[in-house]
Amino acid sequence: MPKVTFRTDWCKGCGLCALVCPKQIIVIAKDKINQKGHSPAEITDQSKCIGCAFCATMCPDCIIKVEK
Amino acid sequence: MVVFEKPKSLCDVPLHYCPGCTHGIIHRLVAEAIDELGIEGRTIGVAPVGCAVMAYNYFNCDMVEAAHGRAPAVATGIKRADPENIVFSYQGDGDLASIGTAETVHAATRNENITVIFVNNAIYGMTGGQMAPTTLPGQITQTSPYGRDVKHCGYPVKISEMLSQLEGPEYIERVAVNNVKNIRAAKKAIKKAFQNQVEGKGFSLIEVISSCPTNWGLSPEKALQWLEENMIPYYPLGVYKDRTAQKEAESK
Amino acid sequence: MSEKVLMKGNEAIAEAAILAGCRHYFGYPITPQTEIAAYMAKKMPKIGGCFLQAESEIAAINMVYGVAGAGKRVMTSSSSPGISLKSEGLSYLAGSDLPALVVNVQRGGPGLGGIQPSQSDYFQATKGGGHGDYKMIVLAPSSVQEMASLTVKGFDLADKYRMTAMILADGTTGQMMEPVNLSEVEVQHYDKPWAVTGTKMQREHNIINSLFLEPEELEKYNFARFERYKEVEENEVMVEEYLMDDAEICVVAFGIAARVSKNAINEARKKGIKVGLIRPITLWPFPKKTLLAAADKVKQFISVELNMGQMVEDIELATKCKKPVTLCNRTGGMIPSPQQVLAAIEEADKGGQA
Repeated sequence: MPKVTFRTDWCKGCGLCALVCPKQIIVIAKDKINQKGHSPAEITDQSKCIGCAFCATMCPDCIIKVEK
Repeated sequence: MVVFEKPKSLCDVPLHYCPGCTHGIIHRLVAEAIDELGIEGRTIGVAPVGCAVMAYNYFNCDMVEAAHGRAPAVATGIKRADPENIVFSYQGDGDLASIGTAETVHAATRNENITVIFVNNAIYGMTGGQMAPTTLPGQITQTSPYGRDVKHCGYPVKISEMLSQLEGPEYIERVAVNNVKNIRAAKKAIKKAFQNQVEGKGFSLIEVISSCPTNWGLSPEKALQWLEENMIPYYPLGVYKDRTAQKEAESK
Repeated sequence: MSEKVLMKGNEAIAEAAILAGCRHYFGYPITPQTEIAAYMAKKMPKIGGCFLQAESEIAAINMVYGVAGAGKRVMTSSSSPGISLKSEGLSYLAGSDLPALVVNVQRGGPGLGGIQPSQSDYFQATKGGGHGDYKMIVLAPSSVQEMASLTVKGFDLADKYRMTAMILADGTTGQMMEPVNLSEVEVQHYDKPWAVTGTKMQREHNIINSLFLEPEELEKYNFARFERYKEVEENEVMVEEYLMDDAEICVVAFGIAARVSKNAINEARKKGIKVGLIRPITLWPFPKKTLLAAADKVKQFISVELNMGQMVEDIELATKCKKPVTLCNRTGGMIPSPQQVLAAIEEADKGGQA
């Protein structure tokens, strides 16, 4: 089953991953804040992930790992 | 099975770029090309002056920091010192198309066997958003506060078009990193630019149309939209020169 | 066995560089040093080296920066206006602690100036020229033989101290022909583990860089660099003393000015005037100790220069102004005649300050 993991502490919350996710399962967690002071991206429903790696392709900070 | 992870040629450190800045994507594409070609141990990168000034901290290969605009000359020296090594420069628009125009043009016309990654985001980022040689007509920046007036300060420099008129260079392509499809095309182009050097074909330059959300005053998402609607029409994507393909076509 | 060949000063520099193991030369045409480039253009392709005519002086010095970073011996040459253009690169070489050899065959300035010999880049060479706190080792040949031997020495010193060495010559020494012995060149070799040669996946990546955004870090590097400069000042001063044992008047001159001065001194000695010469061979490090010691013995210094009096200041500093320093000079491409220098010596001998 596809799995996406975020290195949340390096996330800058730019939201480009969420923008390109075809399943719309990535959100910027407005209620959270990481060490850098950004609200990080997180996945809402891992089970819907198809492992397309669009999010990782678009991530400017290279914090996303995709497994299948 | 891992389908996507950080390439080995990128150091395991956080990048200093602003949220949504596409420099990080371009860094990754360069690192992926180096990984896939298995050349990390003999690759030397040259960092510019501009936002990517600290690129020497991000690539795992040997790195040299050049003076503003001089990266192609520095890369020339490194390449001539040991032609077996793979040498690339990573430069922004102010660095490559303004202060370093002479170095760029002459490295190209010599067909210097190096790879140049040219990041065009139409603005000076590091100094806080001044007009760049590639700033669009009418575009507002800190030093063109009423919009770039072409009567007063001239037109943007179209580097890919310009360099493709030279006999020298092997390969010139313009790509963009505003969506997944374009990023994949950019990756292919960058890898080809390195492959050309490995094969001794000569000067390859990939112009990457890129965004600067901070200095454009837009959200990362809006910046990509602006890029698509304004920059790509002015800077059309595509291969501007491919000498090997040209020769093959002629011989048929 | 010594074998002497007749060579032009500029060619002697080029040949000596090759003997010193330099296989990379980058330059841009400018009078009066173009013979160096022409010599390299002929020789380098035949010995597996690289001669490349750059698009500008700025590009040339940055190509030098690239080769120096890659750990190989490299040089460029130019003349005064061209050195101004290279000054950006000289600062970066210093900031990145890279060894290189730069030749300045000086011509008259400022601006486009002229193409006749000059020493008016003394300040530029010895005080920096580019921005930031830095020094270059500055070597001043006064014969064609020294054009060769100081070139070899310059490469060695550059590698040893990770600095730029500059040959500060002038149009005369560049253009004149003299017999040279190149058969006894000994070259030192230095390891360069810092060079960007590719990691071969066997070490951490090397970084050649002069950017340090943390002021504490930049200060640390500057302090360390000046510790090294102190070593150079202690160990590498070169100076010639001529007829100084009983001298009451001391002429100080380098390069072509020293040759003219020697003629004048010989004439003055015939007239019974006790005059000698101190000839700095290294302009930086400056022979401060030799001059200070002389200040206790002589009654006056005469600085003979092809400029408006630049070295005068260093002589005054070195001698702590213990004795008067007068200037005997020509500028704009003119050379003082032995008669002019002799007149200055005679004036000093009479007790007046020429």
